[in-house]
Amino acid sequence: MEPLIRLENVALSHDGGGSFVFRNIDLSVVSGEFIAILGPSGVGKSTLLRVLMGLVEGSEGRVILSSGSASKMGGRAALVFQDARLMPWRTVRRNVEFGLEGIGLSRTERRQRVERALALVGLADEAGRWPRQLSGGQRQRVGVARALAVEPDLLLMDEPFGALDAITRGGLQAELLSIWEKTGKTVIFVTHDLDEAILLADRIIVLAGSPATVRGDLRVGPRPHDPSSPAMRALAGRLRALIGGEEDPGVGPYARFEGI
Amino acid sequence: MRLLAGRPSWTTRDLTPGVRVVLGAVGLVVLLATWQAVVAYGLVPPGVLPAPTEIWPAWINEVSGGFWSQAVLDSLTHYSLGLLIGSALGVGAGLLCGSMPVVDALTGGAVRLLRPIPGLAWAPFAILWFGLNTAGATFIIAISVFWINFYAAYGAVRAIDRDLYEVAAAFGHGGFVGRMLYVVLPASAPGVMAGLRTGLGQGWMSVVAAELFGAPGVGARMLQASSLLATDVVVVYMVTMALLYALTDVAFGFLSKRALRWQG
Ligand SMILES: Nc1ncnc2c1ncn2[C@@H]1O[C@H](COP(=O)(O)OP(=O)(O)O)[C@@H](O)[C@H]1O
Ligand SMILES: [Mg+2]
Repeated sequence: MEPLIRLENVALSHDGGGSFVFRNIDLSVVSGEFIAILGPSGVGKSTLLRVLMGLVEGSEGRVILSSGSASKMGGRAALVFQDARLMPWRTVRRNVEFGLEGIGLSRTERRQRVERALALVGLADEAGRWPRQLSGGQRQRVGVARALAVEPDLLLMDEPFGALDAITRGGLQAELLSIWEKTGKTVIFVTHDLDEAILLADRIIVLAGSPATVRGDLRVGPRPHDPSSPAMRALAGRLRALIGGEEDPGVGPYARFEGI
Repeated sequence: MRLLAGRPSWTTRDLTPGVRVVLGAVGLVVLLATWQAVVAYGLVPPGVLPAPTEIWPAWINEVSGGFWSQAVLDSLTHYSLGLLIGSALGVGAGLLCGSMPVVDALTGGAVRLLRPIPGLAWAPFAILWFGLNTAGATFIIAISVFWINFYAAYGAVRAIDRDLYEVAAAFGHGGFVGRMLYVVLPASAPGVMAGLRTGLGQGWMSVVAAELFGAPGVGARMLQASSLLATDVVVVYMVTMALLYALTDVAFGFLSKRALRWQG
């Protein structure tokens, strides 16, 4: 299957090549996959998402889209931020509409998309409220709806639940999985939480080191994933070892591990 | 009526709107009574200060003579024009300098040079360029209103959370126009509104200054009255201006609260 997006030997430096945030990143994303990018804070996960999104250009290497042209992912990808980053002057509805303005959609079409997205995240009744009136979890849902509304081929999520309490986080993780099953979106989900990666993803890419490189590219077994099951505990142990810098004894260009 | 909204101590008490209005009225009455007493008991030499009770007859006099409405009309013209021009240019320049580093750097020196010059100092040029008329007065008012709005808008743009630009870029509004429309204008609105509101007051102060040079209006009328030692007439126009300011301020406060209701 042709990958939706492919990174070839991508590197990124903020100082013109003096030091690199990450190097030699090779990554193929197949349509419909749920990928987690796992790595410690500051390793370069958000920066990698910016490159995937086309907001920042890599210093080396190539980003290849399925169409073949190496241009930006632009309107085909959408991003969910850790701190929601809603526009405080827009109501929930207008925040969700944010990415739909100025791209030639009719009013009706925009409204329908907003309603669909809000229904998916369970916020249909809050459409008229202001961001300040929402809880942290609700704000994050609006952020997800804003991304879903642009109907992206690729949904990028940057530690979207990282700032939430455990109960809210659990609820949103379950909701995200159900949305993913309903929509079949390709998701790249950044997290520094092993259990979250295991619970959500088909595939976990471990990013570690400085400059960061891909330390492992592991498949998690069939769903549902129970992070407390023995197989998943074993997987978590391996992930921890990879983050800690141990070589993976697996085969192939990257360590591959079939979860079960 | 609920007097206090919650907290215990005197200094931290939140007063309900009703109580605030009542206390405000009490303060005003105390001021007027003190004023009247000072004059009535001869604590100041006669003729130096008119008593509040003398103001009303003087007011009636000004109105029936047609001076009052003419002066107010003239001043309102200067005020509205100067305010409109000064605010529009100030906000526009502030937004541009705030969001375009190149423009900011280019104008930085000129701004530092011109900023300390008060609007009134331009009066000689106002007279030379425009004359003792509406245009001249408008010019002076516009200059003093300009700077308030320039700095308010500039500061408001500078205070915008940089992350919002990234959101805009991620959702297809990454170009200059997109950033302006989808981030800069709405995000800076509270600061811009605050600047406009300060300008409303500053505008009235400059009206007097601008008209002291002879352009007809409230300020000119005050100058005439004071040269005749008609202090009661001076006070009539002081109060007139205070009332006009209060009116514009309340109206603007109402509008801006509506426009910024997302702030809660
Ligand atoms: N604009 C920038 N200029 C210089 N360094 C940056 C910039 N943005 C991020 N960095 C650095 O790049 C590294 C990776 O940051 P980031 O991608 O945010 O990590 P993560 O998301 O994994 O926590 C950090 O060391 C950070 O300090
Ligand atoms: Mg990050």
